[in-house]
Amino acid sequence: MSSSRNNMSCAEFQAQLPDLYASGVNVNNHPHMQSCELCRALVAELETIAQAARDLFPTVEPPDDLWENIESAIKGDNGGSRSR
Amino acid sequence: MPRSSSPAQPPDPAAAAKRNTVNAAPAGRPAFTPAASPDPVETDALARAQAGDHQAFAQLYAIHKRRIYSLCLRMVGNIAEAEDLTQEAFLQLHRKIATFRGDSAFSTWLHRLAINVVLMQLRKKGLSLISLDEAMEPTPEEGPGRSFGAPDLTLTGAIDRLALERAVADLPAGYRLIFILHDVEGFEHNEIASMLDCSIGNSKSQLHKARLKLRDALRKHLPQEAQP
Repeated sequence: MSSSRNNMSCAEFQAQLPDLYASGVNVNNHPHMQSCELCRALVAELETIAQAARDLFPTVEPPDDLWENIESAIKGDNGGSRSR
Repeated sequence: MPRSSSPAQPPDPAAAAKRNTVNAAPAGRPAFTPAASPDPVETDALARAQAGDHQAFAQLYAIHKRRIYSLCLRMVGNIAEAEDLTQEAFLQLHRKIATFRGDSAFSTWLHRLAINVVLMQLRKKGLSLISLDEAMEPTPEEGPGRSFGAPDLTLTGAIDRLALERAVADLPAGYRLIFILHDVEGFEHNEIASMLDCSIGNSKSQLHKARLKLRDALRKHLPQEAQP
């Protein structure tokens, strides 16, 4: 485990990461990041994954017969039991 | 499964979607982002559906089916379950649509309704989100030592959609839920904590661990020459 110039270990820095991300601060400005190549790489990869998730997930068309099932369920709901 | 003998098909969603600013949002943006001004087609369909007009309800389905189905699919990672949950979400919508008062955008309201349907189903299956939490200290396989000398995903540009989708689907259920809600759907930790009935700290730590697990999973899909 490497140490940084401000004496924070990688484990200590990484334990703070969830709070740092959630607070909205720029993690890259953290003193530990200035001196630790390992954590810089980790943060860069996590940010890449988060960005990829935002950019890559498509919306998907449901199967055509799903509406028929929903209609049946609604009719069952109005008059009795559901279809599923 | 019983089918309607002469099912009325919902209106072609293409025309409605073109006019619907929510569906027209760029890929990856939060699906629940309210439109700047209400879509008149949706507003009209909503009012008629609230009055019991079945065709108007079909129109709302056509407008929102892709977003809701995609949400369910991401959250459970299983096509058959996603279809069941989408059906249940729209059935719930049909039951509750008269109670919508317009305090938020309809798309936001429907989005939350669908999430609640998914969460209820997961709880029925015995998923305890809290029990999935782990100690805050990094485990050996999550710690920094694992990444030393390993290929850099940001430099290899190796993240592709299929690998990411597969990695997300393979996440433990609690991690996957929080990752989808935060990183894909755009909810804040306080909103997630409220929805999942967990602490904000729990939401933050599980998101972080989800990203770490995805990082490990994606590295396994790197091209052979990029492996350490």
